Amino acid sequence: MSAIEKVLIARDKDRPKINDYIDALFTDFFEQKGDFLGKEDGSIYGGIALFHGRPVTVLGHRKGRTVEENMACNFGMPGPEGYRKALRIMKQAEKFRRPIITFVDTPGAYPGLEAEMYGQAQAIAANLAEMSALKVPVISIVTGEGSSGGALGIAVANKVFMLENAIYSVLSPEGFASILWHDSTRRDEAAQVMKLTAQDLYEFGVIDGIISEKADLMSAIDRKLKSALKELDMLSADELAVNRYEKFRYFDEARLNASSAKEMEVV
Amino acid sequence: MTNVVDKRKNKFNRYKDLRENPGELLSPAIKPVKEYDALDRIADIADEGTFTPFQFDFPETNPLDFEGYVEKKEELRKECGSHDAIIAGECKIDGWPCVMAVMNKKFMMASMGMELGEIFCRACEYAGEKHLPFIVFTASGGARMQEGILSLMQMAKTSAVVKRFKDEGGLYITVLTHPTTGGVSASFATLGDITLAEPKALIGFAGPRVIEQTIGQKLPEGFQRAEFLQEHGFVDEIVRRENMKEELGKLLRLHSNIYLRR
Repeated sequence: MSAIEKVLIARDKDRPKINDYIDALFTDFFEQKGDFLGKEDGSIYGGIALFHGRPVTVLGHRKGRTVEENMACNFGMPGPEGYRKALRIMKQAEKFRRPIITFVDTPGAYPGLEAEMYGQAQAIAANLAEMSALKVPVISIVTGEGSSGGALGIAVANKVFMLENAIYSVLSPEGFASILWHDSTRRDEAAQVMKLTAQDLYEFGVIDGIISEKADLMSAIDRKLKSALKELDMLSADELAVNRYEKFRYFDEARLNASSAKEMEVV
Repeated sequence: MTNVVDKRKNKFNRYKDLRENPGELLSPAIKPVKEYDALDRIADIADEGTFTPFQFDFPETNPLDFEGYVEKKEELRKECGSHDAIIAGECKIDGWPCVMAVMNKKFMMASMGMELGEIFCRACEYAGEKHLPFIVFTASGGARMQEGILSLMQMAKTSAVVKRFKDEGGLYITVLTHPTTGGVSASFATLGDITLAEPKALIGFAGPRVIEQTIGQKLPEGFQRAEFLQEHGFVDEIVRRENMKEELGKLLRLHSNIYLRR
Protein backbone atom coordinates (compact mmCIF):
# COMPACT_ATOMS: atom_id res chain seq x y z
CA MET A 1 0.00 0.00 0.00
CA SER A 2 1.38 3.42 -0.89
CA ALA A 3 1.87 6.13 1.71
CA ILE A 4 -0.91 8.30 0.31
CA GLU A 5 -3.35 5.38 0.49
CA LYS A 6 -2.52 5.11 4.19
CA VAL A 7 -3.08 8.83 4.60
CA LEU A 8 -6.53 8.50 3.07
CA ILE A 9 -7.40 5.50 5.24
CA ALA A 10 -6.16 7.30 8.34
CA ARG A 11 -8.46 10.21 7.50
CA ASP A 12 -11.46 8.05 6.58
CA LYS A 13 -14.52 9.40 8.36
CA ASP A 14 -15.75 5.86 8.96
CA ARG A 15 -12.75 4.91 11.06
CA PRO A 16 -13.53 4.45 14.75
CA LYS A 17 -13.59 7.69 16.71
CA ILE A 18 -12.60 8.36 20.31
CA ASN A 19 -16.06 7.59 21.67
CA ASP A 20 -16.00 4.23 19.87
CA TYR A 21 -12.72 3.37 21.58
CA ILE A 22 -13.98 4.50 24.96
CA ASP A 23 -17.23 2.55 24.60
CA ALA A 24 -15.43 -0.62 23.55
CA LEU A 25 -12.47 -0.60 25.90
CA PHE A 26 -13.65 1.07 29.11
CA THR A 27 -16.62 1.13 31.46
CA ASP A 28 -18.16 3.76 33.73
CA PHE A 29 -16.84 6.67 31.66
CA PHE A 30 -17.30 10.04 33.34
CA GLU A 31 -16.64 12.93 30.98
CA GLN A 32 -14.71 15.94 32.26
CA LYS A 33 -15.30 19.15 30.37
CA GLY A 34 -13.65 22.53 30.45
CA ASP A 35 -10.19 23.93 31.04
CA PHE A 36 -11.45 25.69 34.19
CA LEU A 37 -9.83 28.84 32.89
CA GLY A 38 -12.85 30.03 30.99
CA LYS A 39 -13.45 27.67 28.08
CA GLU A 40 -14.63 24.28 26.94
CA ASP A 41 -13.21 22.74 23.78
CA GLY A 42 -15.16 19.92 22.19
CA SER A 43 -12.22 18.78 20.09
CA ILE A 44 -10.66 17.14 23.14
CA TYR A 45 -12.80 14.49 24.78
CA GLY A 46 -11.80 12.88 28.04
CA GLY A 47 -12.51 11.86 31.56
CA ILE A 48 -12.26 9.04 34.07
CA ALA A 49 -13.13 5.44 33.30
CA LEU A 50 -12.43 1.89 34.35
CA PHE A 51 -10.13 -0.33 32.33
CA HIS A 52 -10.77 -3.91 33.44
CA GLY A 53 -11.98 -2.47 36.72
CA ARG A 54 -9.00 -0.16 37.20
CA PRO A 55 -9.49 3.61 37.27
CA VAL A 56 -7.72 5.38 34.42
CA THR A 57 -7.87 8.80 32.80
CA VAL A 58 -8.64 8.55 29.12
CA LEU A 59 -8.66 11.35 26.59
CA GLY A 60 -8.11 12.13 22.97
CA HIS A 61 -8.95 14.21 19.96
CA ARG A 62 -12.55 14.04 18.90
CA LYS A 63 -13.58 13.96 15.26
CA GLY A 64 -17.10 13.59 14.00
CA ARG A 65 -18.71 11.75 11.10
CA THR A 66 -21.36 14.26 10.11
CA VAL A 67 -20.95 17.95 9.46
CA GLU A 68 -22.88 18.76 12.65
CA GLU A 69 -20.67 16.52 14.72
CA ASN A 70 -17.58 17.99 13.15
CA MET A 71 -18.72 21.54 13.78
CA ALA A 72 -19.15 20.66 17.45
CA CYS A 73 -15.64 19.29 17.73
CA ASN A 74 -13.98 21.62 15.20
CA PHE A 75 -12.92 18.65 13.03
CA GLY A 76 -10.63 17.43 15.79
CA MET A 77 -8.50 20.58 15.82
CA PRO A 78 -8.07 21.80 19.40
CA GLY A 79 -7.48 25.34 20.50
CA PRO A 80 -5.37 26.18 23.54
CA GLU A 81 -8.34 25.47 25.83
CA GLY A 82 -8.39 21.90 24.55
CA TYR A 83 -4.75 21.37 25.48
CA ARG A 84 -5.35 23.04 28.83
CA LYS A 85 -8.31 20.79 29.51
CA ALA A 86 -6.17 17.78 28.63
CA LEU A 87 -3.46 18.96 30.99
CA ARG A 88 -5.95 19.62 33.75
CA ILE A 89 -7.31 16.10 33.66
CA MET A 90 -3.85 14.57 33.27
CA LYS A 91 -2.56 16.40 36.35
CA GLN A 92 -5.61 15.14 38.18
CA ALA A 93 -4.81 11.62 37.05
CA GLU A 94 -1.35 12.06 38.50
CA LYS A 95 -2.81 13.22 41.81
CA PHE A 96 -5.02 10.14 42.04
CA ARG A 97 -2.36 7.85 40.58
CA ARG A 98 -4.40 6.83 37.59
CA PRO A 99 -2.65 5.72 34.42
CA ILE A 100 -3.33 7.99 31.44
CA ILE A 101 -4.36 6.66 28.06
CA THR A 102 -4.56 9.05 25.12
CA PHE A 103 -5.97 8.52 21.63
CA VAL A 104 -4.42 10.70 18.95
CA ASP A 105 -6.36 11.64 15.82
CA THR A 106 -6.06 15.22 14.58
CA PRO A 107 -5.29 17.18 11.41
CA GLY A 108 -3.39 19.52 13.76
CA ALA A 109 -3.94 22.22 16.35
CA TYR A 110 -6.43 24.80 15.08
CA PRO A 111 -4.80 27.65 13.14
CA GLY A 112 -7.37 30.26 14.07
CA LEU A 113 -7.50 33.81 15.28
CA GLU A 114 -8.72 33.10 18.79
CA ALA A 115 -6.46 30.10 19.16
CA GLU A 116 -3.48 32.37 18.60
CA MET A 117 -4.89 35.09 20.79
CA TYR A 118 -5.26 32.75 23.75
CA GLY A 119 -1.86 31.12 23.42
CA GLN A 120 -1.94 28.04 21.21
CA ALA A 121 1.85 27.80 21.21
CA GLN A 122 2.13 28.26 24.96
CA ALA A 123 -0.60 25.70 25.66
CA ILE A 124 1.07 23.01 23.55
CA ALA A 125 4.50 23.77 25.00
CA ALA A 126 3.11 23.50 28.52
CA ASN A 127 1.67 20.08 27.74
CA LEU A 128 4.94 18.82 26.29
CA ALA A 129 6.85 20.00 29.33
CA GLU A 130 4.38 18.83 31.94
CA MET A 131 3.66 15.46 30.32
CA SER A 132 7.37 14.68 30.27
CA ALA A 133 7.41 14.68 34.08
CA LEU A 134 4.10 12.98 34.99
CA LYS A 135 4.55 10.33 37.66
CA VAL A 136 1.96 7.90 36.34
CA PRO A 137 2.01 5.58 33.33
CA VAL A 138 1.13 7.35 30.09
CA ILE A 139 0.22 5.38 26.99
CA SER A 140 -0.68 6.98 23.65
CA ILE A 141 -2.20 5.36 20.62
CA VAL A 142 -2.22 7.15 17.28
CA THR A 143 -5.46 5.88 15.78
CA GLY A 144 -5.84 8.04 12.68
CA GLU A 145 -4.03 11.23 11.75
CA GLY A 146 -1.28 12.29 14.10
CA SER A 147 -0.43 15.61 12.62
CA SER A 148 2.07 18.09 13.96
CA GLY A 149 2.37 19.64 17.42
CA GLY A 150 -1.38 19.27 17.74
CA ALA A 151 -0.90 15.52 17.98
CA LEU A 152 2.27 15.54 20.07
CA GLY A 153 0.57 17.85 22.58
CA ILE A 154 -1.19 14.82 24.08
CA ALA A 155 1.31 12.13 23.08
CA VAL A 156 4.36 12.49 25.34
CA ALA A 157 3.93 8.95 26.64
CA ASN A 158 5.98 6.09 28.09
CA LYS A 159 4.59 3.91 25.33
CA VAL A 160 3.46 5.22 21.95
CA PHE A 161 1.64 2.84 19.63
CA MET A 162 0.15 3.32 16.20
CA LEU A 163 -2.62 1.49 14.47
CA GLU A 164 -1.41 -0.24 11.35
CA ASN A 165 -3.04 2.31 9.05
CA ALA A 166 -2.46 5.42 11.14
CA ILE A 167 -0.03 8.16 10.17
CA TYR A 168 2.10 10.42 12.35
CA SER A 169 3.93 13.38 10.86
CA VAL A 170 5.40 16.81 11.36
CA LEU A 171 2.75 18.30 9.07
CA SER A 172 0.11 17.18 6.58
CA PRO A 173 1.51 15.99 3.23
CA GLU A 174 -0.31 18.92 1.60
CA GLY A 175 1.42 21.36 3.93
CA PHE A 176 4.77 19.68 3.43
CA ALA A 177 4.49 19.92 -0.37
CA SER A 178 3.36 23.50 -0.11
CA ILE A 179 6.24 24.58 2.13
CA LEU A 180 9.09 22.67 0.52
CA TRP A 181 8.03 22.61 -3.11
CA HIS A 182 5.54 25.50 -3.15
CA ASP A 183 3.06 23.09 -4.72
CA SER A 184 0.39 21.49 -2.55
CA THR A 185 -0.76 19.30 -5.43
CA ARG A 186 2.35 17.17 -4.95
CA ARG A 187 0.67 15.69 -1.89
CA ASP A 188 1.07 12.04 -2.92
CA GLU A 189 4.77 12.45 -3.48
CA ALA A 190 5.12 14.28 -0.18
CA ALA A 191 3.39 11.46 1.69
CA GLN A 192 5.98 9.08 0.28
CA VAL A 193 8.97 11.28 1.08
CA MET A 194 7.83 12.16 4.62
CA LYS A 195 7.97 8.58 5.99
CA LEU A 196 4.82 8.95 8.01
CA THR A 197 3.41 5.42 8.19
CA ALA A 198 3.40 3.30 11.33
CA GLN A 199 6.05 1.08 9.75
CA ASP A 200 8.31 4.09 9.04
CA LEU A 201 7.95 5.44 12.54
CA TYR A 202 8.68 2.09 14.08
CA GLU A 203 11.89 1.95 12.09
CA PHE A 204 12.78 5.46 13.26
CA GLY A 205 12.35 4.27 16.84
CA VAL A 206 9.76 6.95 17.49
CA ILE A 207 6.97 4.48 18.35
CA ASP A 208 7.01 1.32 20.46
CA GLY A 209 4.69 -0.89 18.48
CA ILE A 210 2.13 -1.29 15.73
CA ILE A 211 -1.37 -2.56 16.40
CA SER A 212 -2.74 -4.78 13.66
CA GLU A 213 -6.06 -3.80 12.14
CA LYS A 214 -6.50 -7.11 10.35
CA ALA A 215 -8.52 -8.98 12.97
CA ASP A 216 -10.62 -7.60 15.81
CA LEU A 217 -9.20 -4.11 16.33
CA MET A 218 -10.64 -3.44 19.78
CA SER A 219 -9.33 -6.74 21.18
CA ALA A 220 -5.91 -5.98 19.72
CA ILE A 221 -5.86 -2.56 21.41
CA ASP A 222 -7.13 -4.08 24.64
CA ARG A 223 -4.30 -6.63 24.66
CA LYS A 224 -1.72 -3.96 23.89
CA LEU A 225 -2.96 -1.67 26.65
CA LYS A 226 -3.00 -4.52 29.16
CA SER A 227 0.53 -5.63 28.39
CA ALA A 228 1.88 -2.06 28.34
CA LEU A 229 0.26 -1.27 31.69
CA LYS A 230 1.62 -4.48 33.16
CA GLU A 231 5.10 -3.49 32.06
CA LEU A 232 4.83 0.09 33.33
CA ASP A 233 3.39 -1.06 36.66
CA MET A 234 6.84 -2.47 37.42
CA LEU A 235 8.17 1.09 37.63
CA SER A 236 7.86 3.41 40.61
CA ALA A 237 6.31 6.87 40.22
CA ASP A 238 9.74 8.49 39.87
CA GLU A 239 10.96 5.79 37.49
CA LEU A 240 7.95 6.36 35.25
CA ALA A 241 8.87 10.03 34.87
CA VAL A 242 12.52 9.18 34.25
CA ASN A 243 11.59 6.49 31.75
CA ARG A 244 9.49 8.95 29.74
CA TYR A 245 12.07 11.70 30.01
CA GLU A 246 14.83 9.50 28.70
CA LYS A 247 12.69 8.14 25.92
CA PHE A 248 12.16 11.63 24.50
CA ARG A 249 15.56 12.99 25.44
CA TYR A 250 17.55 10.24 23.76
CA PHE A 251 15.33 8.85 20.97
CA ASP A 252 17.70 10.28 18.35
CA GLU A 253 20.91 9.62 20.27
CA ALA A 254 22.16 6.97 17.85
CA ARG A 255 21.72 9.27 14.87
CA LEU A 256 23.56 12.09 16.56
CA ASN A 257 26.16 9.63 17.80
CA ALA A 258 25.59 11.25 21.15
CA SER A 259 27.27 8.39 23.01
CA SER A 260 30.67 9.46 21.75
CA ALA A 261 29.93 13.16 21.70
CA LYS A 262 28.12 13.36 25.02
CA GLU A 263 30.96 15.17 26.67
CA MET A 264 30.56 18.70 25.56
CA GLU A 265 33.73 20.47 24.75
CA VAL A 266 33.95 23.96 26.11
CA VAL A 267 36.68 25.86 24.42
CA MET B 1 37.37 15.82 13.64
CA THR B 2 39.75 17.91 15.67
CA ASN B 3 40.50 19.92 12.59
CA VAL B 4 36.93 21.01 12.26
CA VAL B 5 36.73 21.91 15.92
CA ASP B 6 40.05 23.73 15.85
CA LYS B 7 39.03 25.64 12.81
CA ARG B 8 35.86 26.81 14.48
CA LYS B 9 37.73 27.52 17.67
CA ASN B 10 39.99 29.83 15.76
CA LYS B 11 37.05 31.40 14.09
CA PHE B 12 35.48 32.26 17.38
CA ASN B 13 38.71 33.34 18.98
CA ARG B 14 38.93 35.84 16.21
CA TYR B 15 35.39 36.68 16.98
CA LYS B 16 35.80 40.38 17.43
CA ASP B 17 37.41 40.69 14.05
CA LEU B 18 34.59 38.74 12.53
CA ARG B 19 32.08 41.09 13.97
CA GLU B 20 33.84 43.96 12.31
CA ASN B 21 34.51 41.94 9.24
CA PRO B 22 31.67 39.48 8.72
CA GLY B 23 32.83 38.74 5.22
CA GLU B 24 35.56 36.53 6.67
CA LEU B 25 33.00 33.94 7.66
CA LEU B 26 31.59 33.77 4.20
CA SER B 27 32.81 31.98 1.20
CA PRO B 28 33.91 34.47 -1.46
CA ALA B 29 30.91 33.70 -3.64
CA ILE B 30 28.44 34.83 -1.04
CA LYS B 31 27.68 38.45 -0.39
CA PRO B 32 28.26 39.81 3.09
CA VAL B 33 25.11 39.76 5.12
CA LYS B 34 23.76 43.08 6.22
CA GLU B 35 20.99 41.76 8.41
CA TYR B 36 21.49 41.70 12.16
CA ASP B 37 22.34 38.09 12.84
CA ALA B 38 23.31 35.72 15.63
CA LEU B 39 26.91 36.93 15.68
CA ASP B 40 25.84 40.56 15.92
CA ARG B 41 23.53 39.58 18.72
CA ILE B 42 26.25 37.82 20.67
CA ALA B 43 28.61 40.76 20.21
CA ASP B 44 25.97 43.15 21.49
CA ILE B 45 24.86 41.12 24.50
CA ALA B 46 27.89 39.26 25.85
CA ASP B 47 30.56 41.20 27.71
CA GLU B 48 33.48 41.70 25.39
CA GLY B 49 35.67 38.65 24.98
CA THR B 50 33.62 36.46 27.32
CA PHE B 51 31.61 34.37 24.87
CA THR B 52 33.04 30.87 24.53
CA PRO B 53 30.94 28.82 22.14
CA PHE B 54 30.25 25.14 22.72
CA GLN B 55 31.58 22.99 19.91
CA PHE B 56 29.83 19.95 18.55
CA ASP B 57 30.71 17.30 16.11
CA PHE B 58 27.70 15.44 14.82
CA PRO B 59 27.67 12.92 12.01
CA GLU B 60 25.77 14.15 8.94
CA THR B 61 22.06 13.45 9.26
CA ASN B 62 19.44 13.22 6.55
CA PRO B 63 16.75 10.88 7.86
CA LEU B 64 14.36 11.31 4.93
CA ASP B 65 17.22 11.22 2.40
CA PHE B 66 15.83 14.54 1.32
CA GLU B 67 17.34 15.74 -1.91
CA GLY B 68 19.82 18.58 -1.52
CA TYR B 69 19.46 18.79 2.26
CA VAL B 70 23.02 17.81 3.16
CA GLU B 71 24.50 20.14 0.54
CA LYS B 72 22.32 22.97 1.76
CA LYS B 73 23.49 22.52 5.34
CA GLU B 74 27.13 22.36 4.29
CA GLU B 75 26.80 25.59 2.40
CA LEU B 76 25.05 27.32 5.28
CA ARG B 77 27.61 26.18 7.81
CA LYS B 78 30.24 28.04 5.86
CA GLU B 79 28.05 31.04 5.43
CA CYS B 80 26.83 31.27 9.02
CA GLY B 81 29.89 30.02 10.86
CA SER B 82 27.84 27.68 13.02
CA HIS B 83 27.00 24.00 12.91
CA ASP B 84 23.27 24.56 12.70
CA ALA B 85 20.82 27.40 13.20
CA ILE B 86 21.83 27.97 16.81
CA ILE B 87 25.00 29.12 18.51
CA ALA B 88 25.32 28.36 22.20
CA GLY B 89 28.04 29.19 24.65
CA GLU B 90 29.00 30.45 28.05
CA CYS B 91 29.46 34.16 28.59
CA LYS B 92 29.00 37.03 30.97
CA ILE B 93 26.41 39.76 30.79
CA ASP B 94 27.22 42.81 32.89
CA GLY B 95 29.60 40.53 34.73
CA TRP B 96 27.00 37.85 35.47
CA PRO B 97 27.96 34.43 34.09
CA CYS B 98 25.31 32.60 32.09
CA VAL B 99 24.72 30.24 29.18
CA MET B 100 23.35 31.92 26.10
CA ALA B 101 21.95 30.39 22.93
CA VAL B 102 21.10 32.44 19.87
CA MET B 103 19.13 31.17 16.91
CA ASN B 104 20.10 32.25 13.45
CA LYS B 105 17.30 32.55 10.91
CA LYS B 106 19.74 32.80 8.03
CA PHE B 107 20.24 29.07 8.54
CA MET B 108 17.12 27.54 6.98
CA MET B 109 14.87 29.95 8.84
CA ALA B 110 16.29 28.50 12.07
CA SER B 111 13.99 25.54 11.68
CA MET B 112 14.44 22.91 14.38
CA GLY B 113 15.93 19.59 13.42
CA MET B 114 17.83 17.02 15.43
CA GLU B 115 21.05 18.97 15.69
CA LEU B 116 19.45 22.23 16.70
CA GLY B 117 17.37 20.41 19.30
CA GLU B 118 20.42 18.59 20.61
CA ILE B 119 22.54 21.74 20.85
CA PHE B 120 19.72 23.47 22.73
CA CYS B 121 19.41 20.52 25.13
CA ARG B 122 23.13 20.21 25.81
CA ALA B 123 23.45 23.93 26.41
CA CYS B 124 20.53 23.76 28.85
CA GLU B 125 21.96 20.70 30.60
CA TYR B 126 25.32 22.43 30.87
CA ALA B 127 23.62 25.44 32.46
CA GLY B 128 21.92 23.04 34.89
CA GLU B 129 25.16 21.35 35.87
CA LYS B 130 26.92 24.65 36.43
CA HIS B 131 23.90 26.32 38.07
CA LEU B 132 23.98 29.08 35.48
CA PRO B 133 21.02 31.00 34.06
CA PHE B 134 20.06 29.99 30.54
CA ILE B 135 19.13 32.74 28.09
CA VAL B 136 17.79 31.91 24.65
CA PHE B 137 17.14 34.27 21.76
CA THR B 138 14.53 32.51 19.67
CA ALA B 139 13.78 32.95 15.99
CA SER B 140 12.38 30.17 13.91
CA GLY B 141 10.06 29.19 11.14
CA GLY B 142 9.21 26.01 13.08
CA ALA B 143 10.08 22.36 12.72
CA ARG B 144 12.57 21.38 10.03
CA MET B 145 10.39 19.68 7.46
CA GLN B 146 13.35 17.95 5.86
CA GLU B 147 13.73 15.77 8.95
CA GLY B 148 10.08 14.68 9.11
CA ILE B 149 8.85 13.17 12.36
CA LEU B 150 12.28 13.43 13.96
CA SER B 151 11.99 17.21 13.83
CA LEU B 152 8.54 17.10 15.45
CA MET B 153 9.96 15.03 18.29
CA GLN B 154 12.50 17.78 19.06
CA MET B 155 9.59 19.73 20.51
CA ALA B 156 9.10 17.10 23.20
CA LYS B 157 12.83 16.68 23.70
CA THR B 158 13.63 20.35 24.25
CA SER B 159 10.52 20.92 26.39
CA ALA B 160 11.38 18.00 28.65
CA VAL B 161 14.97 19.18 29.11
CA VAL B 162 14.03 22.76 29.86
CA LYS B 163 11.29 21.64 32.25
CA ARG B 164 13.83 19.59 34.24
CA PHE B 165 16.25 22.54 34.27
CA LYS B 166 13.56 24.84 35.65
CA ASP B 167 12.32 22.30 38.19
CA GLU B 168 15.84 22.04 39.54
CA GLY B 169 15.86 25.77 40.20
CA GLY B 170 17.38 27.00 36.96
CA LEU B 171 16.51 30.44 35.63
CA TYR B 172 15.34 30.27 32.02
CA ILE B 173 14.91 33.52 30.09
CA THR B 174 13.59 33.58 26.55
CA VAL B 175 13.83 36.52 24.21
CA LEU B 176 11.39 36.11 21.34
CA THR B 177 12.68 37.74 18.20
CA HIS B 178 11.21 38.01 14.73
CA PRO B 179 9.84 35.53 13.77
CA THR B 180 9.23 32.84 16.41
CA THR B 181 6.65 30.44 15.06
CA GLY B 182 5.59 26.81 14.68
CA GLY B 183 7.33 24.04 16.57
CA VAL B 184 9.75 26.36 18.32
CA SER B 185 7.04 28.69 19.57
CA ALA B 186 5.10 25.62 20.76
CA SER B 187 8.05 24.24 22.70
CA PHE B 188 11.02 25.88 24.39
CA ALA B 189 10.29 29.46 23.24
CA THR B 190 7.18 29.80 25.38
CA LEU B 191 8.45 28.03 28.50
CA GLY B 192 10.54 30.85 29.97
CA ASP B 193 10.47 31.88 33.61
CA ILE B 194 10.85 35.32 32.13
CA THR B 195 9.71 36.01 28.57
CA LEU B 196 10.96 39.06 26.71
CA ALA B 197 10.21 40.01 23.13
CA GLU B 198 11.53 42.47 20.61
CA PRO B 199 9.14 45.13 19.33
CA LYS B 200 6.92 44.02 16.45
CA ALA B 201 8.35 40.48 16.41
CA LEU B 202 5.96 37.99 14.83
CA ILE B 203 5.22 35.30 17.42
CA GLY B 204 2.68 32.55 16.98
CA PHE B 205 1.96 28.91 16.37
CA ALA B 206 0.40 29.03 12.92
CA GLY B 207 1.69 31.33 10.21
CA PRO B 208 -0.51 34.32 9.30
CA ARG B 209 -1.13 33.03 5.77
CA VAL B 210 -2.37 29.67 7.03
CA ILE B 211 -4.71 31.40 9.46
CA GLU B 212 -6.08 33.69 6.77
CA GLN B 213 -6.73 30.70 4.53
CA THR B 214 -8.42 28.82 7.38
CA ILE B 215 -10.72 31.56 8.58
CA GLY B 216 -11.22 33.16 5.18
CA GLN B 217 -10.60 36.72 6.31
CA LYS B 218 -7.81 39.23 6.63
CA LEU B 219 -6.04 39.35 9.96
CA PRO B 220 -6.23 42.54 11.99
CA GLU B 221 -3.27 44.90 12.02
CA GLY B 222 -0.65 43.91 14.56
CA PHE B 223 -1.99 40.35 14.92
CA GLN B 224 0.62 37.94 16.37
CA ARG B 225 3.07 40.77 16.97
CA ALA B 226 4.94 41.07 20.27
CA GLU B 227 2.64 43.88 21.42
CA PHE B 228 -0.41 41.73 20.68
CA LEU B 229 1.02 38.86 22.68
CA GLN B 230 1.82 41.09 25.57
CA GLU B 231 -1.70 42.47 25.53
CA HIS B 232 -3.00 38.90 25.77
CA GLY B 233 -0.71 38.00 28.61
CA PHE B 234 2.15 36.02 27.10
CA VAL B 235 5.10 38.42 27.27
CA ASP B 236 6.61 39.94 30.42
CA GLU B 237 8.24 42.86 28.69
CA ILE B 238 9.00 44.16 25.23
CA VAL B 239 12.58 45.32 25.00
CA ARG B 240 14.25 47.26 22.23
CA ARG B 241 17.47 45.90 20.88
CA GLU B 242 19.58 48.78 22.17
CA ASN B 243 18.30 48.19 25.72
CA MET B 244 18.50 44.40 25.65
CA LYS B 245 21.87 43.95 27.33
CA GLU B 246 20.99 46.34 30.12
CA GLU B 247 17.65 44.63 30.70
CA LEU B 248 19.17 41.15 30.76
CA GLY B 249 21.87 42.36 33.14
CA LYS B 250 19.18 43.71 35.41
CA LEU B 251 17.25 40.43 35.30
CA LEU B 252 20.37 38.47 36.22
CA ARG B 253 21.01 40.90 39.07
CA LEU B 254 17.42 40.38 40.24
CA HIS B 255 18.10 36.65 40.33
CA SER B 256 21.55 36.96 41.85
CA ASN B 257 20.60 34.64 44.70
CA ILE B 258 20.77 31.67 42.28
CA TYR B 259 24.53 32.19 42.07
CA LEU B 260 24.80 31.29 45.74
CA ARG B 261 24.14 27.67 44.73
CA ARG B 262 27.31 27.54 42.72
